[in-house]
Amino acid sequence: MSIAIRTRTKRNVGRVFIYLALLVGAMFAGFPVLWMLSSSFKSNANIFAYPPKLFDSSFSLQPYVAVLTDPVKIGYFVNSYIVAISVVIITLVIALLAAYVFSRYEFRFKSIIRVVIIGVQAVPPITLLIPFFGIMVGLHLYNTYQGLILTYVVFTLPYAIIMMTAYFDSLPRELDEAARVDGAGSLSVLWRILVPVSVPGMVSVGLYTFMISWNEYLFALTLTQTDDRRTVPVGIQLLMGQNNYLWNEVMAMSILGSIPVLVLFLIFQRYFIGGLAAGAVKS
Amino acid sequence: MTTSPPDTVMIARPSRRRPSHPHRGRRRPFEPYLLIAPTVLLVAGLMVVPVIIVIAYSLFDNVVTNQNPQFVGLANYLTILADPNFWNAVGNTVIFTVASVVIHMIIGVGFALMLNSKLVHKVPRVIFRAIYILPWIFTASVVAVLWRLLLDPSGVINYLLRALGILQEAVPWLGTPATALLAVTVINIWSGYPFFMISLLAGLQGVPSDLYEASRVDGAGLIRQFFSVTLPALRPILFSMALLDLLWTTQQFTLIWATTGGGPINHTEVLSTYTYKLAFNSYQFSLASTSAVLILLASLFVAIFYVRQQKKASLF
Repeated sequence: MSIAIRTRTKRNVGRVFIYLALLVGAMFAGFPVLWMLSSSFKSNANIFAYPPKLFDSSFSLQPYVAVLTDPVKIGYFVNSYIVAISVVIITLVIALLAAYVFSRYEFRFKSIIRVVIIGVQAVPPITLLIPFFGIMVGLHLYNTYQGLILTYVVFTLPYAIIMMTAYFDSLPRELDEAARVDGAGSLSVLWRILVPVSVPGMVSVGLYTFMISWNEYLFALTLTQTDDRRTVPVGIQLLMGQNNYLWNEVMAMSILGSIPVLVLFLIFQRYFIGGLAAGAVKS
Repeated sequence: MTTSPPDTVMIARPSRRRPSHPHRGRRRPFEPYLLIAPTVLLVAGLMVVPVIIVIAYSLFDNVVTNQNPQFVGLANYLTILADPNFWNAVGNTVIFTVASVVIHMIIGVGFALMLNSKLVHKVPRVIFRAIYILPWIFTASVVAVLWRLLLDPSGVINYLLRALGILQEAVPWLGTPATALLAVTVINIWSGYPFFMISLLAGLQGVPSDLYEASRVDGAGLIRQFFSVTLPALRPILFSMALLDLLWTTQQFTLIWATTGGGPINHTEVLSTYTYKLAFNSYQFSLASTSAVLILLASLFVAIFYVRQQKKASLF
């Protein structure tokens, strides 16, 4: 009896302890985000009001209205969507073709191509920045959607190919060989047999690709010049470069700029975490 | 655009009848090359060629700005390696990276263990996990403006530290030479730990529970259990995560560029901001390329360890 009670008390003490620790951790993780949210509803005059309050009398949607009625800022969002969605589609198409080849064919140069694809992932973006600037200017792709899209496709392609190849490798070959016996061509096998059963892998790769393109800053900063081609991360920084910081609008724009990733994350949480974990453990 | 081939390929090849053949590649030997062509073109044209260009740039003088650059051999490397600002950037990068990776790992392990604990009920577990993942949703550009707001001299962090009696006066954390590197490191820790945590949570699911049972039977306490069961089981994940994090953190640009720009007076200058400034602020593209090649070499060094570790891990 007394032993049972003692272990139960011990258990409860442990539970109180762990919940306290969890709360402290949640403050560290969540408070900055809460503060961003609260600041995005304040008037700019009240941003640094003393003492600071989470929500004060100036609470309004005005900062959001200001962002969403400014055509230049809307433009940043439109640009980000155009670039990110194009990159997802193009990367997926090219990666599917490549992964199919890697998974189902033997051919010369296969291993060297594979090594190069894995290897280029280690190349730091800053190393590529200077030649990219020259190449994009040379190809007349400086300050264009195509230039940014091409850049992000190249950055996301290696990971997409590696993940999709692993996915195809996990599918039994009998699946597509049966279709081949029926006389289907290789692209039709890929499109009709492999793609439908690879949706989870494609979702996870697509999400990763979208996030990289939506969030990228360094190349978006360097390869675009005018507001009509700039993306959200650069737009937020431009807002900060102005003399009088409109903190409330910057925070509202930050929230709006983070919503796509947040929504995708909430919908596809399982794929996200599964893909991340798989990528981290064995990519 | 170079990205059109896949579509043409798809349209140009209607479902042709083909006899069954187990050796796929042999029937139409060019087929795999056709399907892999877009990838090869892109990776060769925009990864391999740029790396060759940047190496070439580093061996010439006055590239980009001058029509006829002079071949100077390794002179640019000698210039960079003799530049105290370069070594300052190396030092800051090492401090920033090592502190970030170590604390990412500690926080990641700690949070993952807490979330995985049997003592936590299901609903709070889900809520806490969502809160703990939050920082990961925000891109570096957003993280930077958010923390500039938080760390402002009249911002909420200074207020709290003064209200708790820890500080007498507000500190402009990002603008003070003595605290700026600490401040950007804290910001990077905040934004980067969820990645560790998520992977470790997945890893913890894979630790067989009978291992814990066995160690409990042997009379091991919680701390013994952690060191003799949990940690050994997580070691492969921890090691590869740490190497990946090392690779990414040494390359961090946006967070520093958008908070301090490398200042005040170079106190947060890291290799990526140093290189960027050489190229796009002072237009010394040769020296910037040289620095970029040195960063590439350092990254490859880490990457080789990573690949080795992956190979070793896949043996089991």
